[in-house]
Amino acid sequence: MLDALSERLSGVFRSLSGRGRISEENVRDAMREVRTALLEADVNYQVVKQFIDTVTEKAIGQEVIKSLKPDQVMIKIVHDELVNLMGPVDTRIYTVQPGPTVIMMCGLQGSGKTTTCGKLAKYLLGKGHHPMLAAADLQRPAAVEQLRVIGEQVGVPVYTDPAKVAPHGQVAKGAAVAVCRAAVNEARKLGRDIVILDTAGRLAIDQELMDELKEINAQLNPHQVFLVLDAMTGQDAVNSAKAFNEQLELDGLILTKFDSDTRGGALLSAKMVTGKPVKFLGVGEKLDRLEEFRPEGMAQRILGMGDIVGLVTEAMEKFDAEQTQKLAEKMQKGTLTLEDFIAQMKQVRKLGPMGKIMGMIPGMNELSKQMNMGEGDVEKQMSRMEAIYNSMNKQERKNTDLIDGSRRRRIARGAGVEVNEVGQFIKQFELSRDMMRAVGGMGMMGRLRLMRGLMSGGIGALGGPGGPLLRTKRSGRMEKKDRNKKKKKRR
Amino acid sequence: MRFFSKTLDKLKGALRKTAEVLNTDVRTLFIPGRQINDQFLAEMEEKFLQADMGVQNVERIVSAVRDRWRLGKIKNAEEAERVVKSELMEILPTDADRELRFAPSGTTVVLVAGINGAGKTTSIAKLAWILKNQMGKKVMLCASDTFRAAAVDQLTIWAERIGVEIVKHRMGADPAAVAYDACEAAVARNIDVLIVDTAGRLHTQEHLMRELTKIRDVVARKIPGAPHEVLLVLDATTGQNAIRQAQMFSQAINVTGLFVAKLDGSARGGFILSIREQLKLPVKFIGLGETPQDIETFDPQRFVDALFQDAPAPAA
Repeated sequence: MLDALSERLSGVFRSLSGRGRISEENVRDAMREVRTALLEADVNYQVVKQFIDTVTEKAIGQEVIKSLKPDQVMIKIVHDELVNLMGPVDTRIYTVQPGPTVIMMCGLQGSGKTTTCGKLAKYLLGKGHHPMLAAADLQRPAAVEQLRVIGEQVGVPVYTDPAKVAPHGQVAKGAAVAVCRAAVNEARKLGRDIVILDTAGRLAIDQELMDELKEINAQLNPHQVFLVLDAMTGQDAVNSAKAFNEQLELDGLILTKFDSDTRGGALLSAKMVTGKPVKFLGVGEKLDRLEEFRPEGMAQRILGMGDIVGLVTEAMEKFDAEQTQKLAEKMQKGTLTLEDFIAQMKQVRKLGPMGKIMGMIPGMNELSKQMNMGEGDVEKQMSRMEAIYNSMNKQERKNTDLIDGSRRRRIARGAGVEVNEVGQFIKQFELSRDMMRAVGGMGMMGRLRLMRGLMSGGIGALGGPGGPLLRTKRSGRMEKKDRNKKKKKRR
Repeated sequence: MRFFSKTLDKLKGALRKTAEVLNTDVRTLFIPGRQINDQFLAEMEEKFLQADMGVQNVERIVSAVRDRWRLGKIKNAEEAERVVKSELMEILPTDADRELRFAPSGTTVVLVAGINGAGKTTSIAKLAWILKNQMGKKVMLCASDTFRAAAVDQLTIWAERIGVEIVKHRMGADPAAVAYDACEAAVARNIDVLIVDTAGRLHTQEHLMRELTKIRDVVARKIPGAPHEVLLVLDATTGQNAIRQAQMFSQAINVTGLFVAKLDGSARGGFILSIREQLKLPVKFIGLGETPQDIETFDPQRFVDALFQDAPAPAA
């Protein structure tokens, strides 16, 4: 996500900390770094300029200079301003009575409109609506077929009219409007309460296709118009967003491909230039990977504070509450078994790729980098842990003390791992159990902290044959290095 | 606007609107006789940043001009333009680098990859068109994007329109297996160029990147020296993330060249400078529209010229 920007900003503020008092010049220096970071994150030049001016003014005029902890104050100012720019939040989809509510999706080619239509339909299904899709992209070859397949996967009807598809090299005049109108009628007949129109992708400077969109907009009068925008878009994001907003009067933005490592400056740019709320983020290929947008989470991410709110929300939805409750009790009593440990791990895995989860937890960004762990590595290690667990018998799972050298060898053979990995796994489990006992009986936030501990020690510690990776984080060596770094800065 | 002139000639009808917008271009920055001053330098910086050239590149180029100006070596806009152009041309690829690589004999394999929505399938259609109609090659397409809904259909439609052969399996099939069959078919039918389409994938999805490596390996085993060309399709509207994409794809499949799609919009694709510098990857082709004919080989001089011009205003 916005990792790199976070790092940059934490770097800036780290250099501020420990100086005690900072001058106006210090603020300007820091803001220069913020500017570079934002530009590198593809935030539009004009937007950056405005942001820097505002924040610099606030920072200089305020308590930063007098404050004992200038970095904290600066973080707060930058953070608040970012939230301010990305808000106000409004992820609601407005519906009308009587239906159907018409939602029109538009955007450039390749921004992910068709997939997002499917995701939105799935999201609305989850909210108790009965959406329907309309294939009004008559330009791109096989776009109609693609939407039909997606509709099937989501389980919603798709209105298509293959006869209306534009002949090669032409724009089918009026056909898209006809398809949309027929789709709305069909929805009324079928009793669907929402129709999502998938329109053809186009360049902002292609007036012919823009006219087609305007025609749909004028004739169908959609209740909501959403612009689908690629999160990786560069400086050009403002041009597209502005053009679409001027011609169609957007109601909201959906940013796609946020599961990439893009810094996502396009989000800020598009929000700023249109003034329209960001509704959702696309965060994966699967059709359930659509998230409601929250500026706090995004700003915290930018500042390297992690996205706690996002993690909690997601965890709440996907964690099996009952099981978690039971686990919590066991943790408190310290009677956690290996079985529970694995069950907990599986729960965590349900949240999605580990790399993503780690990115959401404060401090985990840098940590996972230190451990040199890619997304795949974590997944691999989890699979190895499961394999070891699966190779144990029931008694061994209940009581790890039983496992002696001979059993270890047997388990290692069964799991296809080195013998020492089995030992490490057990040690890791015991460590976690004790840790859990120590922090037992806490709420969701506490458990998150625990997960952080588990991930820094727990999963990392399995490591490769070279020994536990745990050392990279906890060893004195590392801390000493950090200390030295700090010392140097002070001098 | 010379950068697009050839295409515009070719496409007078379809892109007339665009042409009108492009031709109203005003060159405010480098107007002859304008003196260099701080205001000029700031404007230049803004212009280059908005072309997605990246902070580092822009800072370097602007300093090059600023330093010469302070030393009194240059004074006006024209001289500044010359300095910038020579800086940029130094980075961009030579002619030899930009040629499509063919097998010395037998079938040439071109592997095409990129992230979701970059424009792979359309770019392949363009490539097939230029190979068939301008280079007189016998072309075959391989539908190894078996993941995205209707991707095979989309490629099939293009194959029919252009009049080239296509090898495909059903959706969900192993993409490496499709590539394997396509290699056999291409050799058996004396095909000159086999173009392999692959599913779009984000460069951060490690397992999908491994799948891509596997497709490459299968192709390499079937035909010696293949893939002769590995093209990464990049969306011209992408920002600095394009560099990450180039890095990651290069790691997985050893990319040999870039195909920059959607360069007919208002985006400038300034990221290709950084990619060239850091990874030595040349741009081989650019895509300028939605029909197969809208393809051109990359011309550095025209690219640089375009960077100096104002972005075409979006339709309003």
